[in-house]
Amino acid sequence: MERKAIVLNSKDNVATALTDLSAGDTIELAVDDKPVSVKLLNPVQFGHKFSLIDIKAGSPILKYGEVIGEASMDITPGEHVHVHNVASTRGRGDVTAGARK
Amino acid sequence: MSFWGYPRPDGLVGTRNHVAIVPTVVCATATARQVSDNVRGSVPFLHQQGCALTPSDLEMANRTLTNLALNPNIASVVLISLGCDPIDIDGIAEKIAASGKPVEKFVIQEVGGTIATTEKATRVARQMVSDASRINREQFDDSKLMFGAECGGSDTTSGLGANPAIGAAFDILVKQGGRAVFSETTEFIGAEHLLARRAVTPEVGQQIIDFVRRYEERFLEKGVDMRGTNPTKGNIQGGLTTIEEKSLGAISKGGTEPIEEIYEYGERPTRAGLSIADGPGFDAPSLTAMAAAGATVMFFSTGRGTPLGTPFVPVIKVTANGPSYEKMKDNIDFYVDLTRKEHIAEIGAELYAEALQVASGRQTKSEILGQDRDNGLFLVGPLA
Repeated sequence: MERKAIVLNSKDNVATALTDLSAGDTIELAVDDKPVSVKLLNPVQFGHKFSLIDIKAGSPILKYGEVIGEASMDITPGEHVHVHNVASTRGRGDVTAGARK
Repeated sequence: MSFWGYPRPDGLVGTRNHVAIVPTVVCATATARQVSDNVRGSVPFLHQQGCALTPSDLEMANRTLTNLALNPNIASVVLISLGCDPIDIDGIAEKIAASGKPVEKFVIQEVGGTIATTEKATRVARQMVSDASRINREQFDDSKLMFGAECGGSDTTSGLGANPAIGAAFDILVKQGGRAVFSETTEFIGAEHLLARRAVTPEVGQQIIDFVRRYEERFLEKGVDMRGTNPTKGNIQGGLTTIEEKSLGAISKGGTEPIEEIYEYGERPTRAGLSIADGPGFDAPSLTAMAAAGATVMFFSTGRGTPLGTPFVPVIKVTANGPSYEKMKDNIDFYVDLTRKEHIAEIGAELYAEALQVASGRQTKSEILGQDRDNGLFLVGPLA
């Protein structure tokens, strides 16, 4: 069976789509050889990410087992995870400039 | 394993045998292009900088042009300046000559205009190509190679497949005793702790952290949000959400071996093994940094597809994005099949074998299509 998505590290709370996926698709994944099943709430394009679990606003997003940013709002399992609900915490001159004002 | 390369007087080994036509300043760039157009076997370094530089940018430009000319893929060098430009053409020529490499310099304001300079420089370049063509390739151990690695037009597949495959090829060369360099300090942000952990000493680890902090502070000082600039709009369309995510994928092109040293833009490593050259994520000046560091074969991963090569050094384009590969096969040399992700070491060995062929003379697509004449020099600014 062709793999539809990949989880790169067992700590990760997101998976990456390896093909274009549609809302309503049920994606079967293996995390540490344990089967995980997620039903997608949104379409997720090739190369984009979706959530595996509930992620509260302000919590870290984990990929490669490392922090890639934090949730800017609550995220539910199967939701598209991208710039609309994740904020970078680095190189944010706009934030430090705001703090200085 | 071995490859067929060109021996140089300083003991280094080239994979190409170019005569380099190097303008010191944009005012001499058109002349350099015309000389190179006249002389098959010569390659120009077409750039748009070289004047109105701050003292630190001037120092960086001087050492970058010097070390670029010292790259062993270059047999001999023609330098062309305007005359009133601040680049130290005499100092650069002296250092090239000290390495045993033939070098000639022309100053447009002294020679008397571009037509006269083009004529004189063409005659010299013609003789240099004739002389260089008498140097034969010889067989060398692959530890005499130096790899470079770039990623550009990145998307999620870069971090999943293309960069890890390049990293696996890096690991093979470094284990053989060869040299390898990667760059793009911007794209260490969020992953610098992983690089620092691989440094040979705690001091080198701290230097890596400090170089990344210096880079990030340039954005913080300007009060700008890096998002949209890096990751770029194209990166974001490709699924990369933050610089941290991009960085974590980007650093895998450096492999897993210990990091011996990190140095300033335009400098060369002082020892064998894996090193980092400071530089921007912007592809062109980053490729220049690695050419100046001495890389003789480069890998360039791309998710969305980019045609860019670089003067003097063959660039092997690598993608793990199937649709991009199909669309841009004319420009991309090597495809990494993500469904074989478990076999990344094997794919890295295939890429390594291709790199040895390229080192021995096989032309890459960016060379064949002439994407190897234009490039840039990095500058921090401000321009005066």
